[in-house]
Amino acid sequence: MTDMTAESGLTAPRSDTYLNHGSTLWSWLTTTDHKRIALLYFGSITLFFFIGGAAATMIRLELISPNGALFTNDGYNRLFTLHGVIMVWFFLVPSIPTTFGNFLLPLMIGASDVAFPRLNLFSWYLNTVGGLLVVACLVLGGVDTGWTFYTPFSSMFSNSYVFLAVAAVFVVGFSTIATGVNFIVTVHALRAPGMTWFRLPLFVWTQYATAIVIILATPVLAISLALIAAERLFGLPIFDPQHGGDPVLFQHLFWFYSHPAVYIMILPAFGVVSELIACFSRRQVFGYTAMVWAILGISVIGFFVWGHHMFVAGMSPFAALVFSFLSFIVAVPSAIKVFNWTFTLYRGQIYFEAPMLYALGFIGLFTIGGLTGLFTASLPIDVHVTDSYFVVAHFHYVMVGGSVSAFFGALHFWWPKISGRMAPDGWARFAAILMFFGFNFTFFPQFVMGYLGMNRRYHHYAPEFQIYHVASSMGAVILAAAYLLPMGYLTWSLFRGQKARANPWGATGLEWQTSSPPPKHNFDQRPVVTERAYVYHPDQESPRHEEPNAREPHNPQGQRG
Amino acid sequence: MSGSPIFWLPAASTEGARTDHLFFLLCGISTLIVLLVLTLIVTFAIRYRHGSAAPRGRLPEFFRSEFEIGWTAATAFLFLFIFWWASAAQLAGYAPPPDAIEMHVTAKQWMFKTQQPNGAREINQLHMPVDTPVRLVMTSQDVIHSFWVPAFRFKRDILPGRVTQGWFQATRTGTFHLFCAEYCGTDHSEMGGEVIVMPKADYAAWTAAQPEGDDLGKAGGKLFVKMGCAGCHAGSNAVHAPNLAGLWGRTIPLADGSSVEVDERYVRDSILQPRREIAAGYEPIMPSFQGVASEADLTRLVAYIRSLATGEDAGQ
Repeated sequence: MTDMTAESGLTAPRSDTYLNHGSTLWSWLTTTDHKRIALLYFGSITLFFFIGGAAATMIRLELISPNGALFTNDGYNRLFTLHGVIMVWFFLVPSIPTTFGNFLLPLMIGASDVAFPRLNLFSWYLNTVGGLLVVACLVLGGVDTGWTFYTPFSSMFSNSYVFLAVAAVFVVGFSTIATGVNFIVTVHALRAPGMTWFRLPLFVWTQYATAIVIILATPVLAISLALIAAERLFGLPIFDPQHGGDPVLFQHLFWFYSHPAVYIMILPAFGVVSELIACFSRRQVFGYTAMVWAILGISVIGFFVWGHHMFVAGMSPFAALVFSFLSFIVAVPSAIKVFNWTFTLYRGQIYFEAPMLYALGFIGLFTIGGLTGLFTASLPIDVHVTDSYFVVAHFHYVMVGGSVSAFFGALHFWWPKISGRMAPDGWARFAAILMFFGFNFTFFPQFVMGYLGMNRRYHHYAPEFQIYHVASSMGAVILAAAYLLPMGYLTWSLFRGQKARANPWGATGLEWQTSSPPPKHNFDQRPVVTERAYVYHPDQESPRHEEPNAREPHNPQGQRG
Repeated sequence: MSGSPIFWLPAASTEGARTDHLFFLLCGISTLIVLLVLTLIVTFAIRYRHGSAAPRGRLPEFFRSEFEIGWTAATAFLFLFIFWWASAAQLAGYAPPPDAIEMHVTAKQWMFKTQQPNGAREINQLHMPVDTPVRLVMTSQDVIHSFWVPAFRFKRDILPGRVTQGWFQATRTGTFHLFCAEYCGTDHSEMGGEVIVMPKADYAAWTAAQPEGDDLGKAGGKLFVKMGCAGCHAGSNAVHAPNLAGLWGRTIPLADGSSVEVDERYVRDSILQPRREIAAGYEPIMPSFQGVASEADLTRLVAYIRSLATGEDAGQ
């Protein structure tokens, strides 16, 4: 155990950070620095998170009454479609990869940038074009098909701006593909000397797996959206049964993308949580190799379970059995990960700063989200609960309880690295706890009302469900407050926060071996990696006794120079 | 339905009871797993908080791989067991019993149109007998809809251009929600109604009291007598008027030398304007029923005459 010599030279504030390398707007809009592009993406996804969140707020407000009258039926339909389209494609899918992925992937593997910096910038512009299209769609009057665009409703019956919405998602899909290509090549080609595959931090593994899923699945989304446009604009009868088309074909194509997309949204969160749990319990990640295989297993099997979205849509009983079976199988690696995270705590020296609270909250919420996935994989139960609030609650537990909690955990963990300032930990812990309880308060009642018969996408509903909707809306108030709080104290910390050292959490990753914030070129000397990730303690020895608030020094993963 | 229970919806079908058993089993297993994970996290978090006096010691060698293999195998077996249970339940209830009574459902934006085996039609309602398997034969006129009766734990999508089927057997009488579960446009949330499960005897009485929608011909036959048509057109009659039995679909000669096919248009016109196209060999003595027979009456009368195509005598 050496002292933190690696850090000592980095504590002095430096003037040539990536943030003050150029200060004009032009220097930001033409930057090819992965860290600046990450910040551009932070701007985009924060904007869309709040647009989507505003829609959610209005939905919860309207549903307080069974006969809500703030919106017309059409208005409500546009509202939940907007919420879904924006949250899925403009927040969740790009969220962790384009921000933390962009910022950290090159740092974590000891590279000075991603493989194709200009393609990286191009992807942000594509994302912006897609964003403008979706905002245009919203301003003109919105779209009412649901985020799933089911045919023949979307292609023949809807009287809303379907084409604009489809075009927006089509364009933003290519932005994601560009990021995916970039990450794959970066991980293959730009790893620092000594950074072998099984020394990669799990965050990098998840970004890599996510990128592969993105480039294999997203083109199928593009095709299915193009087919909707072809039928809607040119009357090409792809899905119209009157002319020999098949409306269910769309569902197969759509879910062939959209189920893997679930893993695009959750895998990066797995990566974040592995980093956080290891760092704050001062332990090696339990079962690193199993974690890697679990990530890869989920990515592969995730491609073969799409049919479980269509059990009641007219599927042969044999096909239903196969999809049900594979859906159970894909749950096994997720279960392994939960146990591994839990046992990473065993015999650790656990700190409870805000990022750790988000990570522990993630485990709880993801476990519930994952277990309810077993319900929906079981044929007779899925027949009953599909298209009900049970399913709404299930995927919000995974996507919001899981991915969004991890996003906020990552934000607090890497905030010092990104901004050079510490977030106020007391406020951050308060927000994390509020988010956990607000989330459960909002979404747990939805499991119950879903099983009792509350349909999703219903503007008006039977009066017996009101008690659950009122509970859910009250929870949503707490949740909204918990999401708004960080905006306040993180902004405050940019100006008043304590200056961050290079490695304030005493973490092992290479990203902590450069100053906070890093210089434009990331590392003054290229790191050489000499050991595995997460060596917080020797193999057979537990982390040593620590005085409160005095983290045990540890070997950084890489030696500089 | 204002009387619907708020905290639990008891299953009201044979399949629903099976689904609930599986649901409770999964709830039990999930609760145990959540408690296990929660207990471990809380215990570790307290015991191994930084600086705590809890002994850490050396990490045992076996700790890694055997644990990993152990819980992988355990979860895999557990999941396979649930899969087996769920799939067995699903397959057991897949094929409808051969004696199931058949009901037809046509969905459109934004209503369910149902039809009883005897032809009686309903909108947004489905009456059915208790303890009797009912098979639904469903199709949609426009977009995809879905027929969901939460109390039956039954749901099946209704597709345009395709017939989908499903079945259930109610175990309790009562009135249950029927919802459209697949998003179908503007009034999706208003598209629904109720399934009314009745004791068998009540159902039989209800059925008998319904106008038998599809049997328009029978209603037309009554009109045929009531409006006096039978006075001339029935089998053996003093007045020289065409016998209508077996007439439908034939091509007949007219008095002006042309010929015409007896179809919906010809019969309709002959009732309203009997002197326009006179069948050859008959006197133009029939009075016009313009203003006497309503559109609905006409539809019934035409249906009745169509039903005579097989050759029975009229007016029987």
